[in-house]
Amino acid sequence: MTNPHAALPADVTIAPDEIERESRALSTVWSDGSGLWAWLTTVDHKTVSKRLIVTAFLMFIAGGIEAALMRAQLSRPENTLIGPDRYSQLFTTHGTTMMFLFAVPIMTAMGLYFVPLMVGARSLAFPRLNAFGFWNYVVAVVFLYVSLFVNTAPDTGWFAYVPLSGPQYSPGHRVDVWAQVVTFTEISALTAAVNIIVTTFKMRAPGMSLNRIPIFVWAQLVVAFMIVFAMPAVATASTLMLATDRAVSMHWFNPAEGGDALLWQHVFWFFGHPEVYIIFLPALGMITPIIETFCRRKVFGYTPIVMANITTAFFAFGLWVHHMFATPIPELGQSLFTAASILIAIPTGVQIFCWLATMWASRPKLTVPMLFVLGFIFTFVNGGITGVMLASVAFDKQAHDTFFVVAHLHYVLLGGGVMPLLGAFYFWFPKFTGRVLSERLGKWHFWLFVIGVNVTFFPMHILGLQGMPRRVYTYLAPTGWGPLNLVATIGAVTIATSVLLFLVNAVMAMRRAPDAGPNPWGASGLEWAVASPPPNYNFLHAPVVESRHPLWDTTVDLPVLTGFRSDRREVLVTTTFDARPDSRHEAPKGSIWPLYLALCMGVLFIGSIFSPWFVPGGIALSLLGLAGWGWTGSKPTSHERVATPAAVPEHA
Amino acid sequence: MRLRLAMIFAFALVVASACEREERRLNQPSPPAPVQFVAQVPLQPGPNVITDSTEGPFDDNAFGTAQGQQLFSQMNCAGCHSHGGGGMGPALMDDQWIYGSTPAQIFASIAEGRANGMPSWKYRLTNEQIWQLVAYVRSLSGLTPKGARPTRSDEMNVKPAPSQTPNAKPKRSGPNPGND
Amino acid sequence: MHSAFDPASPQARAIAHLWWWMFGVGASVWLIVVVAMFLALRGKRGERGPDDLSHASPELRTRLERTVKGALFVTVLILVGFLAFDFTVGRALAAAPTKMLTIELTGHQWWWEVQYADTNPSRRLVTANEMHVPVGRPVQFRFQSRDVIHSFWAPSLHGKRDLIPGYSSSLWFVADTPGVYRGQCAEFCGLQHAKMAFVIRAEPQADFDRWLEASAASPPPPSDSTAAYGQRVFMSAGCAVCHTIGGTQAQATVGPVLTHLKSRMTIAAGTLTNTRENLGRWVLNPQQIKPGTQMPPSPLSTVQLDALLAYLETLK
Repeated sequence: MTNPHAALPADVTIAPDEIERESRALSTVWSDGSGLWAWLTTVDHKTVSKRLIVTAFLMFIAGGIEAALMRAQLSRPENTLIGPDRYSQLFTTHGTTMMFLFAVPIMTAMGLYFVPLMVGARSLAFPRLNAFGFWNYVVAVVFLYVSLFVNTAPDTGWFAYVPLSGPQYSPGHRVDVWAQVVTFTEISALTAAVNIIVTTFKMRAPGMSLNRIPIFVWAQLVVAFMIVFAMPAVATASTLMLATDRAVSMHWFNPAEGGDALLWQHVFWFFGHPEVYIIFLPALGMITPIIETFCRRKVFGYTPIVMANITTAFFAFGLWVHHMFATPIPELGQSLFTAASILIAIPTGVQIFCWLATMWASRPKLTVPMLFVLGFIFTFVNGGITGVMLASVAFDKQAHDTFFVVAHLHYVLLGGGVMPLLGAFYFWFPKFTGRVLSERLGKWHFWLFVIGVNVTFFPMHILGLQGMPRRVYTYLAPTGWGPLNLVATIGAVTIATSVLLFLVNAVMAMRRAPDAGPNPWGASGLEWAVASPPPNYNFLHAPVVESRHPLWDTTVDLPVLTGFRSDRREVLVTTTFDARPDSRHEAPKGSIWPLYLALCMGVLFIGSIFSPWFVPGGIALSLLGLAGWGWTGSKPTSHERVATPAAVPEHA
Repeated sequence: MRLRLAMIFAFALVVASACEREERRLNQPSPPAPVQFVAQVPLQPGPNVITDSTEGPFDDNAFGTAQGQQLFSQMNCAGCHSHGGGGMGPALMDDQWIYGSTPAQIFASIAEGRANGMPSWKYRLTNEQIWQLVAYVRSLSGLTPKGARPTRSDEMNVKPAPSQTPNAKPKRSGPNPGND
Repeated sequence: MHSAFDPASPQARAIAHLWWWMFGVGASVWLIVVVAMFLALRGKRGERGPDDLSHASPELRTRLERTVKGALFVTVLILVGFLAFDFTVGRALAAAPTKMLTIELTGHQWWWEVQYADTNPSRRLVTANEMHVPVGRPVQFRFQSRDVIHSFWAPSLHGKRDLIPGYSSSLWFVADTPGVYRGQCAEFCGLQHAKMAFVIRAEPQADFDRWLEASAASPPPPSDSTAAYGQRVFMSAGCAVCHTIGGTQAQATVGPVLTHLKSRMTIAAGTLTNTRENLGRWVLNPQQIKPGTQMPPSPLSTVQLDALLAYLETLK
């Protein structure tokens, strides 16, 4: 390996007391302060993302409790534990919580925490926008769960098909709650997407050209683009069309006045199908670093994996009609979607083959994160295969809207989304908190979770094909569906136990003092170059990157770029393709405007359910917030172009 | 600590006011009919006004009002009353009430029937169904709480939805306003 | 019978055939991947380099590349093959014969209105929730919905079709085995979606013709006095406000037609078996059995209820 700093004397290092002084200055400048005001106004991406992750995990538990109640009701035929009204609120809230309040937010939150660290940046591109997205998410959580307790939880499914969710057949405001929860979560997702795209393109460490970005970051980038194209569709459907239909008598979906009930399904599923890939692709991005670390091997096929992610994202937008195969859409049109739905298995297959090849030429160490990767392969491949089966129009006409689909979707979401996520939690827990989770408890968690998922959901394939439709609060004894339902309920108890073990593990770990070093696993990403947990300024100096695995490819300390100011929050902006230093910007300090604006959004959208006057009122309040936000933004004198030092190595 | 207490209190308050509007009263005993005597007009001898002030049990309940809307269409009330505009029968969405606009008076009109063609539904519909119709009829002219009124129906809409009708105060019936 | 694993028509059989092929290939693929995963765990094929990382020798790298490319190729072959197979199955299912018996089904919350159209008025029939079809003859269902989206699904006979307000959809199949087939609504349609079932009875053509003729005719007026009193209870206690009984003054269309109620195997859209006791429970308080259903409780005395049930039992 050649010495990349041939232009510099080889023994140039920075004196320790210089480091000490600089880190103290930086931590002061990047600090939030203390007290309630600091808590409300922080724009530190790590703080905000950690809050998002914890809240999303609480939503996972809430959704799990709803699922447990449903499974308790379905464990016996004609059970009287929960009546039809409560049950429909439960399955709707379960789906809405898991899809909108847990899955997407936690995946984007992992990105919002790690993307700056992995690309060597001090902060996200738009820290206040990030905080704004977080507070919108909080409004959504509070709104949905308060409504659950006042009997106003939505009750027409997480997909809210009209005309059932329309004004005539869903009286009251339950469905309006759903429509606005979707609005807030979609604002939140869009802000996260914008941040990830701009941070990834413009704030990478010098030398980290696009083909050196970690695969985790690639996955987040691809998903961010998907969010930008998919979320507006659900905003159109729920906020624009359904909410106005219900509030001010629009006729979007009223066939008697020229509307169309199928229009809802098209617009919703145009979002709904990419939505599941928005959940799935970040999880795939988490697998590569885990495999690399515990097989101690650079991943086989970096470029094919990146291309597979991009291809999956494109294909994902061409599949939505496979949710509508039972509707009277012409069969030729449906067949196009069959083809796309089958072919999307190919890029995912490419990724799995590359991972198996990585594992093959190495000696995998079976730590808990690695175990979850194995659990992913075991579980997700099953779900992927049933997905390809459902692509067949003929077969889907039997399986659509039955427990077969419930089985498929949970296999892919739990196996393909949650298992990698749990592995990622165990892997990155030291980086978040400075403590390592217990391996023993982790293994118990893993085995109970994998066994629980398979025991709960495998019988549902059979139940579905035996005639059991979805979204039923009970079933008759002569159908013979009782025994398998009981098995599924027992599996659900197992899953619940495993999640409890994880909570115990986390709580016990947090009781210890932080004792993990910067890189307890010996991994290769830039995030492992800083302390655990990272200081509030992330990196003392901007790292200079010469390969895809910075910590594995340098025999000496990481090369860095110095000369940044430590009396203000300074971030480095680099060029898009080659990451050559371009300019320096001042990052914003803590601000109350994100919270204020999110509350304005709350007033605007929640108020619009009760009276249209809240819309102009909310807009007026928001304009005030936007003025405040813009007023306290960065000043013109805070951007400076940077001349590329001769010592920074060009892209090799 | 005080902040926590305040939050718990606020939460309890919200839960306690848990929406009457959203209740779905399934498999509940039917609300009783009003007492025997329901004055149809406010003209009475003497100062004592005998009226039934029974509240409409479904007036603030969105589900019950929607059921009333469904019954209105199923029992072909529109055949005489159109969708509130009247035809052979009087209009129901204006503020002229021949026999009174209180819930008990409308209940009596539906249950007993009225002269000049209003059939008697007492033995045809249950009390609960008649109360649901009462709630719907009152919503047509804006007499019930706005949040519980139905919005547009999935049919050709010949009039604005009741939820977009302005709120109305109950007006007395008859040509000579008295001390009601 | 109500299972996709128990096909009773060529259509359902074709789909079941497709299913077993997919299951076989799919399970094999899954097994191969999982076995490969386990084998990958056991290998000690990489050499630890001085940087403490595993490196594959150039031969191993080439072998791996070839294997991955080969696996990809096989995957594409399987998927494209499946696509082609699925197209042929789809085309076969779609080719509808020209002369079919047509049944018009209208979905309501939470029951099925069944109409047998016929040019001959004496063979026109309106009933609810249960239908007969002749064995071996193609039957076409034409669907409409009165309120929200429902879905017609008899798994032993074919896949499902949605009933969408504002659209008309259709489905056809041939029942080739006599028997009783149960189906259920498969699109969430409100409070009692779980209890919106129907029954299809497939019988030989002659039996079917007999049934159709008997059903198109009105039942005779009740002969004994209890049943006659029961008919008066029916007319005056509010039942006639919603239900039709052919040949009587009860001609309302709000609820299911009850003309030949006794000939049905189930009541309340497949929720209860059609016994006197169940009918009594249903009439007295349907909300107990299907909370939220459109039918209200009927406050009848014991005498009235007995008479009413006696009358309903004459509706064969």
